[in-house]
Amino acid sequence: MSRQSNRTTDSKKMNSELFTLTYGALVSQLCKDYENDEEVNKQLDKMGYNIGVRLIEDFLARSSVGRCQDFRETADVIAKVAFKMYLGVTPSVTNWSPAGDEFSLILENNPLADFVELPDNHNTLVYSNLLCGALRGALEMVQMAVDVKFAQDTLRGDSVTEIRMKFIKRIEENLPAGDE
Amino acid sequence: MAHEAPFQLLHSELIHYICKSADSTDSENGRSVTKLENMGFRVGQGLIERLTKDTARFKDELDVMKFICKDFWTCVFKKQIDNLRTNHQGIYVLQDNKFLLLCHLSAGKQYLEHAPKYLAFTCGLVRGALSNMGVKSIVTAEVSVMPACKFQVMIQKV
Repeated sequence: MSRQSNRTTDSKKMNSELFTLTYGALVSQLCKDYENDEEVNKQLDKMGYNIGVRLIEDFLARSSVGRCQDFRETADVIAKVAFKMYLGVTPSVTNWSPAGDEFSLILENNPLADFVELPDNHNTLVYSNLLCGALRGALEMVQMAVDVKFAQDTLRGDSVTEIRMKFIKRIEENLPAGDE
Repeated sequence: MAHEAPFQLLHSELIHYICKSADSTDSENGRSVTKLENMGFRVGQGLIERLTKDTARFKDELDVMKFICKDFWTCVFKKQIDNLRTNHQGIYVLQDNKFLLLCHLSAGKQYLEHAPKYLAFTCGLVRGALSNMGVKSIVTAEVSVMPACKFQVMIQKV
């Protein structure tokens, strides 16, 4: 019996390892294909964006959270529901700006970067930039334009991983001209 | 925890990236498929190490294949292989009637020409997993009606 339950928890962990390992293979490939880190960062952001715009549908279907009333609620849902659901970690939400339009997600450990070490010649690589693109893409689909970037990264020697999210504006739903 | 979506989407993006610079000639396509297979190989090697670190030694080749069909497939694709056939001479056919990575592509014969791209990574995954279990193999896949597909494993006697 205990062996069986070991299997289930292991298989959940294994699955996030599948994602982590695949992501690692992707970043390695990008580093081989592009000469400089900036290009890799851009690619990761773009791919993340493509993933985000589709992941949001899966998220909304599975989670049953309703429309968020404000940015604070959005932050909580991102940290406590989305991150937990897809990455198995719950970052803490801190460092709110006085205007309430900017906050940080602090991750003690970043599952994407498990087993990863950055070699010396990749100082400006933002390894987990996929996450930034994904958050941006997902939120755009729910009418929020945001700016997302890594403020700290354990892979670059910082003590925690910090993602900074800034609300830019609400996106008005544009209906094509000519539709009733 | 809803895990399939991130991996499915990452897998799609991976394919899109690897295949976008290639035009649709056969040789370019082949190169893309090889690249994807190689990536899958490395991931499979890493994954199987983690998955089997506490399991008992495998009795024989068939035991290894059963592990792939049950534990490995469940861990990666949330279900077991539906059918395993072998000629007991080193050839195994693994049938998955509802392959996770093909489900969103089509249900039937539409987009059949794109299916190989969606199977390459998994072929590599299986080959990599087997490799780290001490089994050298060649893994190919075929699809006739999505989302069902068959993976063919040919054990290479060293």
